[in-house]
Amino acid sequence: MHVRLAGLAGLLILCCGAYLTLGARGDWSFVLAHRGQKLAALLLVGMSLSWATVIFQTITGNRILTPSIMGFDALYLLLQSLLVWSLGARVYNTLPAQGLMAVNVVMLCAASLVLFMLVLRAGRDDLMRMILTGVVLSVLFRSVTSYFQRVIDPNEYAVVQAVSFARFSGLETDLLIVAVVLSGGAMAAIWRIRHRLDVLPLGPVLSTSLGEPPKRAQWQVLILVSVLVAVSTALVGPVAFFGLLVTSLTYLVVPSPRHAHLLPAAALIAGIVLVGGQTAMERVLNLSTPLSVVVEFIGGLVFLFLLLRSLR
Amino acid sequence: MIEIENVTHRIAGRTILSDVSLELEKGGIVALVGPNGAGKSTLLSLVARLLPLQSGGIQVDGLRIGVAADDVLARTLAILPQELNVASRLTVRDLVGFGRYPYHKGRPTSEDTALVAHALTLFDLDDLAERQLETLSGGQRQRAFVAMAYVQDTEYLLLDEPLNNLDIGTSRALMEQLRNLAETRNRTIVIVLHDINYAAAYADRIVALKAGQVVADGPPDQVVDDGLLRRVFGTDARVSLIDGRPVVLV
Repeated sequence: MHVRLAGLAGLLILCCGAYLTLGARGDWSFVLAHRGQKLAALLLVGMSLSWATVIFQTITGNRILTPSIMGFDALYLLLQSLLVWSLGARVYNTLPAQGLMAVNVVMLCAASLVLFMLVLRAGRDDLMRMILTGVVLSVLFRSVTSYFQRVIDPNEYAVVQAVSFARFSGLETDLLIVAVVLSGGAMAAIWRIRHRLDVLPLGPVLSTSLGEPPKRAQWQVLILVSVLVAVSTALVGPVAFFGLLVTSLTYLVVPSPRHAHLLPAAALIAGIVLVGGQTAMERVLNLSTPLSVVVEFIGGLVFLFLLLRSLR
Repeated sequence: MIEIENVTHRIAGRTILSDVSLELEKGGIVALVGPNGAGKSTLLSLVARLLPLQSGGIQVDGLRIGVAADDVLARTLAILPQELNVASRLTVRDLVGFGRYPYHKGRPTSEDTALVAHALTLFDLDDLAERQLETLSGGQRQRAFVAMAYVQDTEYLLLDEPLNNLDIGTSRALMEQLRNLAETRNRTIVIVLHDINYAAAYADRIVALKAGQVVADGPPDQVVDDGLLRRVFGTDARVSLIDGRPVVLV
């Protein structure tokens, strides 16, 4: 296990080095500062989303669902459309970035807690019902979103569209610092309960027997998941299948039942996928396609594969 | 001692248990029997704190269910589930190791590791220790779970219909292991059973429930007779004594 984790760490350092230095010209201090900030955003988002997905899958007892697939991204788009519709694009664009992020984080946290509870209550132990509830709610959110997008002015629609895709460039440093503080706190809390998380996959009866009733942990985990996903979505935008892609790779590369192994592995793999992918796209292939499109495509395929395999 | 006082439980307006009071003294095997829907599993789940108590009270060794701290209860009372499936890919050694969780909270000491190794040998699991649970047969898996409950080292062990889907050899082996735990380590084992013959053969005390009430209670040779089967199960099976033990001729 430790050899594999060390290997992943090495790979990640390699990716980061390549990302910072490859094709750099001119003033090094400028290049490193500019790229370093973007690198920090990539690592933070990767770690937040991968941890959120791992612990979400632990408490729901499945390896297919992620917070995003449960309708979280659709909820984010709905909130943005509602904001633009109610304030107007001019006001929306003049909102200070910190203020917008604060509003987003608070609203997303509250709304996603309600969403997750709804889905978990409807599903209980029935995976297919949980997926169905999540999909139906996503469709509902999307329909309402497209209604508001039709109501608003086309110019304002362009503003909504711009925030509908994940973007990793042009982030403000102070936003990044706020995000690091919030996500860092949530991740510290997760690391503290890592041993308790190991017990939950044993099922409700055994975890109660061992003194960890799943109800209590479920609430704590859902709150932490909401914070992590809300912060990273408010920072860069929605990335639906990224979490699933990373956790699937994690269970494959580090097949351990212990979160003390799974969590570092997931964070490292998330970093490798994002930083390595971004380096390959930007510097090696010189493509203008955003990385999120590729990640979504591959992640979507993984989702379909897992879903079809579980039906067999 | 497990003290159940005036427990009433309703699910969706239907009364599952009505005013059940029961005292189960320390040591030995108590079998809960009764027809489907009599409330046996509900009663067990209430003691195991898997369901919230609606009215009445339950105490295990003076610890009040619903009030006592979870980790204290986890060192007093263990429960084995009906479905022996776990979501993560565990080896037998991992699973048995979880039995020590209430003591070490995720940081096993050398003493914990030694206890697990001892249990693996005791339950004949040494050859299977590194195998994944999914690859085991039903009987082997059952053994692994009992070994886990063994290292949890609690005074009380609750089992809900553990013999479902087990063949006769595996069923008897499991009941022998439980008998052994009760006799050599003076454990108290409460077990929901469907098969009266298993209850009569292995339990020290049989408690029969019907429609949410206790209708018979006592040692097997006093409780199991033609009348019990007619009153509780509504069937005319004959009970005959073989070697001083009541046997239902099905």
